Amino acid sequence: MNAPHAPAEAPLQRVLRDFVSDPVALAGAVLLLLIVAAAIAAPLLSWQNPYDLAQLDLMDGRLPPGARGAAGRVYWLGTDDQGRDMACAILYGLRISLVVGASATIVALAIGLTTGLVAAVAGGKLDALVMRIVDIQLSFPAILIALILLAVVGQGTGKIVVALIAVQWAYYARTVRSAAIVEKRKEYVEAARGLALSRTRIVVRHVLPNCLPPMLVVASVQIASAIALEATLSFLGLGLPITEPSLGLLIANGYQYLLSGKYWISFFPGIALLLTILSINLVSDQLRDVLNPRLQR
Amino acid sequence: MSTSVPLLQVENLRTHFFTRAGVVKAVDDVSFVVRKGEVLGLVGESGSGKSITAYSILRLVDDPGRIVSGRVLFDGRDLVTQSPQAMRALRGGRIAMIFQDPMMTLNPVLRVDLQMIEAVLAHEDTTRHIARQRARAALVRVGIPAPDERLLAYPHQLSGGMRQRVAIAIALLNRPELIIADEPTTALDVTIQGQILYEMQALGRETGAAIIWITHDLSVVAGLADRVCVMYAGRIVEEGSVTDVLRHPAHPYTRGLLDSVPSRVPRGARLRPIAGMAPSMLALPSGCAFRDRCTHAMDACVAAPEMLPFGPAGNGRAVRCHNPLPSLLVER
Amino acid sequence: MLAYVVRRALQSVVVLVAMSMLVFVGVYEVGNPVDILINPQAEPIERERAIAALGLDRPLPAQYAHFLSGALHGDLGRSFVHGVPAISLILQRMPATLELAIAAMLIAIIVGIPLGLLAGLHPRSLAARAIMAGSILGFSLPTFWVGLMLIMVFSVMLGVLPSSGRGPTTDVLGVPVSFLSIEGWRHLLLPALNLALFKLALLIRLTRAGTREALLQDYVKFARAKGLTNARVVGVHVLRNILVPIVTVIGLEFGSVIAFAIVTESVFAWPGMGKLLVDSIGLLDRPVIVAYLLLIVAIVIVINLAVDILYSALDPRVRLAGQDA
Repeated sequence: MNAPHAPAEAPLQRVLRDFVSDPVALAGAVLLLLIVAAAIAAPLLSWQNPYDLAQLDLMDGRLPPGARGAAGRVYWLGTDDQGRDMACAILYGLRISLVVGASATIVALAIGLTTGLVAAVAGGKLDALVMRIVDIQLSFPAILIALILLAVVGQGTGKIVVALIAVQWAYYARTVRSAAIVEKRKEYVEAARGLALSRTRIVVRHVLPNCLPPMLVVASVQIASAIALEATLSFLGLGLPITEPSLGLLIANGYQYLLSGKYWISFFPGIALLLTILSINLVSDQLRDVLNPRLQR
Repeated sequence: MSTSVPLLQVENLRTHFFTRAGVVKAVDDVSFVVRKGEVLGLVGESGSGKSITAYSILRLVDDPGRIVSGRVLFDGRDLVTQSPQAMRALRGGRIAMIFQDPMMTLNPVLRVDLQMIEAVLAHEDTTRHIARQRARAALVRVGIPAPDERLLAYPHQLSGGMRQRVAIAIALLNRPELIIADEPTTALDVTIQGQILYEMQALGRETGAAIIWITHDLSVVAGLADRVCVMYAGRIVEEGSVTDVLRHPAHPYTRGLLDSVPSRVPRGARLRPIAGMAPSMLALPSGCAFRDRCTHAMDACVAAPEMLPFGPAGNGRAVRCHNPLPSLLVER
Repeated sequence: MLAYVVRRALQSVVVLVAMSMLVFVGVYEVGNPVDILINPQAEPIERERAIAALGLDRPLPAQYAHFLSGALHGDLGRSFVHGVPAISLILQRMPATLELAIAAMLIAIIVGIPLGLLAGLHPRSLAARAIMAGSILGFSLPTFWVGLMLIMVFSVMLGVLPSSGRGPTTDVLGVPVSFLSIEGWRHLLLPALNLALFKLALLIRLTRAGTREALLQDYVKFARAKGLTNARVVGVHVLRNILVPIVTVIGLEFGSVIAFAIVTESVFAWPGMGKLLVDSIGLLDRPVIVAYLLLIVAIVIVINLAVDILYSALDPRVRLAGQDA
């Protein structure tokens, strides 16, 4: 088919331009930035620290959205059974969910990147062995792996993060290794080797940058997954401890009040969680389309 | 062999692609005539618009392309304005098409017999059994040994040459009056190429079907076609009978194509490729699209030349050039 | 083909053994095995006896052998809470989980594939955009929260569907099922929908992507050039090509659905294996936890094996590769 040649443009520029060309993706990106900003600024934005029991008034417990508390304060999103302002609880919970999700993703990325690169560069039996382990792990549902790990190492914040890392690293390893293998076979690597450049230099300067686009796509998908998984585990009571309530725990708290019609305790944290995951997914979807060379028309 | 009754008349066909990067005028004012039983060669390099011309005739152009203007008259009817049902009846019936890469044109997960039988049943209300017989007979006709086994096979189990023969057999199933063959031998070995060319020629003669043979290879045209049209950047730049065009090319591009064939160059002499590269279809030079690479370019070439007939009337010679090659200037 | 099956089967056995070793090591070495396998509330004398009986005072390889032989005989310990063999407890609850999982997969398949096909065929239509928007939403909605919202809307506000539990069951071949009665369906509907949501979104996206890619292929153009109707081009040529990868994904996702049923069962108090697991975690009934994990691992491995074999059977290119010259 006739392939129209577009005029050359800096790759980053093109990526950004293509990214914002879709209004939905743009909206998602903006939403995500707002959410992250709100989470970072949580202490500034909320009038109450929901974990400081001294600041809570039990009499204000279970108030519906828009109700006025004993001290005259309006609780726009209602309160939970401890009298916490839902809005503040959500901001702090958002913070924790994001931090846990992001940190797990970053560490998993680092581990997966290293593993994938080493496997690709080493080749041979090591490569085969590593990829076999990766494939096997990827054939198990994430929640199952997380459960096994939590059953073995117990619960706690650090252990949740470890579980999230363990669930994710394999995706990065496989993506990076595939991309690296493709690069390894390209001629310029042969040429560079012919010039007796050190292996590390070749890998870092040449192979690595080409693995970044697919890894970026995987990372963006995985962050949403990690956040959702952490929320699910917290909801089941297997996740973060009560001292650091993420959105999942907030939702779990509201479960018991659902049947009596006090929906807001579960509803609003769920909306916050939904918006977070949704915006990440919108961004990652667009990122995938934009970075996919095959879809360039 | 060929009567003078026109079977297909393409008039000022324009097919444009509306891409994100701009409008690609893949087929830009293309006109030609194919007569009954005639073999027309459509020659040009990749990207010249020859395949899109073929798809346009059958209205198989995909988004973001569409036929913008022009007429394609087949048996008196303009195909551009026919209903989808009418087009479907024509496709694979009176007009058949053969594609370039048989591995991709045959569906890899379906058996050969199914793919042949459905082609019959789409045009004739008959039984599967009879359709199968027809398929088998068609395979025999194109020289495939052990046709019964081949019918039960999957495409990937056949060699490239065999797959292309199957594609040809499918094209012949419903006794078409016009066969459009889009580079059918390009993806095959040279030896198989020769065989298939020979067989196509024989089949054309036997069935009386007209053939439009699309290729970038002039040597193919030389042996097979009666007439030839040379395409460049979406336009036809020269047409005439095969002998005329190949022996006395009028357009500098045709001359360049002939000269660049290595076998025509005496041993030890320099090869003579055409200078420069084919232009991007998004950034065509104004006027004559070939002028940047043309050894004959003049100032007048900034204005797009028209397709003008020359030579004795009725010989079908025409060229799109302000400064055609001298040997024929005398005749204008 | 046979060689392939044997090879994959052997590989599965290796993985199963490896996983059992992981769980074993985790339970017997990393965690406190005594607490895990012996009720911490037992009398000291009981504990001594139990320790000896379980061989916890013996070297590791011997313990593993003991564990393995027990596992092969179907003995994976006794529940602290219920006092019965853990495995029988789990098997008792398995039909409920399977019914839920199958119902969810069926919903996802029956709704998802046609919608995805539609979205792929007319990508720019309003319907396609709505479907894709819906699928992103379905992807992003946390399953447990959706469950809560479903209960809120249909049970609390509208009062049309029950909020928890399984309906009356009838026995089919000795297995209690609930889909044979209306009341059973009323109880099954919300949990099945909830569990199906994520897979539904996944299937829609997958089918759409596959359809879009298939439509770009030459064989579609060629099929049209033969004069075939659009219905046939899509229904036979396109569908047969995209079904192969989709079927394998469905198969692989089934294991995930069974595992993920934990969440739905918790929200809807559906009496399946998942709910048993969560309850056991809460009650620290560790033998049940161990038994559940091992069983699910085995199920997933078997499903993956079956899917691999099925894939090679469905795709003629893979199947016949061994038979050609």
